[in-house]
Amino acid sequence: MGKAWTFGENMNTDEIIPGRYNITIDPLELAKNVFCEVKPEYAKTVQPGDIIIGGQNFGCGSSREHAPIAIKGSRAKCIIAASYARIFFRNCINIGLPILECPAAVADITEGDNIDVDLASGQIFNRTNGHQYQANALPDFVLKIADAGGIVNFLKTHDIQELMTNAD
Amino acid sequence: MGTLIEEIFGRKAGRSVQAGEILLLDVDYIMSHDNTTPLAIKAFREIGKPILDKNKIVLHLDHAYPAPNVLAAENHKNIIKFVKEQGLPHFFHQGVCHQVMIEEGFITPGAIVIGADSHSNTYGAMGAFGAGLGSTEIGVAWVTGKCWFKVPETIRIELTGKAQSGVYAKDVMIYIAGLLGMDGGTYRSVEFGGEYIDNLPMHERIVFPNMSTEIGAKCGLIAADEVTLQYLENETPAKGPFEMIQPVNPRYERVLEIDVSALAPQVACHPDVDNVKPLSQVEGLEVHEVYIGTCTNARYEDIEIVANMLKGKKVDPFTRVIITPASERIYKKAMKNGLIEILLDAGCTVTGTGCGACIGRHGGILAAGERALTTMNRNFIGRMGSPLSEIYLASPATAAATALTGRITDPRRYLNH
Repeated sequence: MGKAWTFGENMNTDEIIPGRYNITIDPLELAKNVFCEVKPEYAKTVQPGDIIIGGQNFGCGSSREHAPIAIKGSRAKCIIAASYARIFFRNCINIGLPILECPAAVADITEGDNIDVDLASGQIFNRTNGHQYQANALPDFVLKIADAGGIVNFLKTHDIQELMTNAD
Repeated sequence: MGTLIEEIFGRKAGRSVQAGEILLLDVDYIMSHDNTTPLAIKAFREIGKPILDKNKIVLHLDHAYPAPNVLAAENHKNIIKFVKEQGLPHFFHQGVCHQVMIEEGFITPGAIVIGADSHSNTYGAMGAFGAGLGSTEIGVAWVTGKCWFKVPETIRIELTGKAQSGVYAKDVMIYIAGLLGMDGGTYRSVEFGGEYIDNLPMHERIVFPNMSTEIGAKCGLIAADEVTLQYLENETPAKGPFEMIQPVNPRYERVLEIDVSALAPQVACHPDVDNVKPLSQVEGLEVHEVYIGTCTNARYEDIEIVANMLKGKKVDPFTRVIITPASERIYKKAMKNGLIEILLDAGCTVTGTGCGACIGRHGGILAAGERALTTMNRNFIGRMGSPLSEIYLASPATAAATALTGRITDPRRYLNH
């Protein structure tokens, strides 16, 4: 279970982590300033397992990986957004930050709600209001990357072809 | 059977593919530059496996080159060390990465080229798949030679008619960005075609896939044709035969038909690429800098348009007019044909090649309260310097007319008919 932190539409990579903090690639350092312009209390009080709720086109802007690295460094469990910008979506998968797409959940969840997420099935349960939502289940290969903690870790022990094989 | 992207991916997969499928494909080239290579090297070192095929890797120094500060210099030093250590054969600092990729013949019809730069979509102008990715995937591809792709749905943009004098590909593409919006093409392949595209030379075609990024597209594609083949044969060292992949009985998610005949010059206004207006609505707005450069509009023909308009005239003395040719090859040709001298005589500043002022690192940074009219592809707040500056996007001809007056000016006032 994690607490919901809600963010708006078109959250761009500069709002996730401003360019001036991108001089480091250390996740914990980046996490100190994540969302500092839009929600400074996040970095100070986020707890491991909390959930980021975003609107449409979450992560738009540059291809910089500092943005998902900063969120992962904050130990959020996952992002649930109405939709994602393309490169951000890939970057999250590759660095092992789970993401779900579920407009219904985004529309209903309010800041501070207690949320359960089952990443494998895409089921989202809102303990605060008792509502349940179904996100599109992540493809198998994405779960394999997520389970390994990212594509780099996956490749340390697997061949990339194994991403596409079902029996694992 | 399918859209252009389904045909291109299908060729690589060795079977027919459909939108929605996820594929693991061999990539032909893997591009990165001084901004994005360091994180790719980090991923590569962590994976701890050797490079699969050095010949596939292409590295550029262009974003902050020559180094404007010590951090950039350290960055370049580390990249050069890596290139030497790994014995990488394709290393460049001869201009904007995307232009050099095309000039050096890395981009051919049907090729799959990934780049750690969001404007890698540019390669679609040659009938190739080009897409931007994060640095980690670049490091992964160095080791595996592969990348995963979801086959995207396609938006077809059918462009008909003939543009008026003074209206260029840039005006048409800005107009499209205004119509579709900044997320109008997200995850989609945007296929540009129709008689207007068929009749365009390569330097104008490139603008469309290049700016497909600004509407969120995964790729922007133009099917290879005779223009593509002529360009490849005459302007690049690429060796054929080339496969002219075409859409075959395609099923498009959406088809947008636009007749360009009536279109006037357009401007994308501060602070969004889709904040598009006909130039007439912003004509007379004061500017402090005119910047002609970038992967969108700093090719030889763009510089030629500007030189023809400025020949024998003087630019506004209080407007900084900066011209950054996209590549050294373009620079040399412009010099040989006397264009550089015309520009210098008119009062322009001509810089070395590269990304220059476009990313606000050097070569024309803006102060608070200043406004620039540029031939760039994006106008995000603060991109060229102060977050209190403004960027307007337009064609090279509009930039030249604006340079003469120091105010946003319709190029048709200065063009010889």
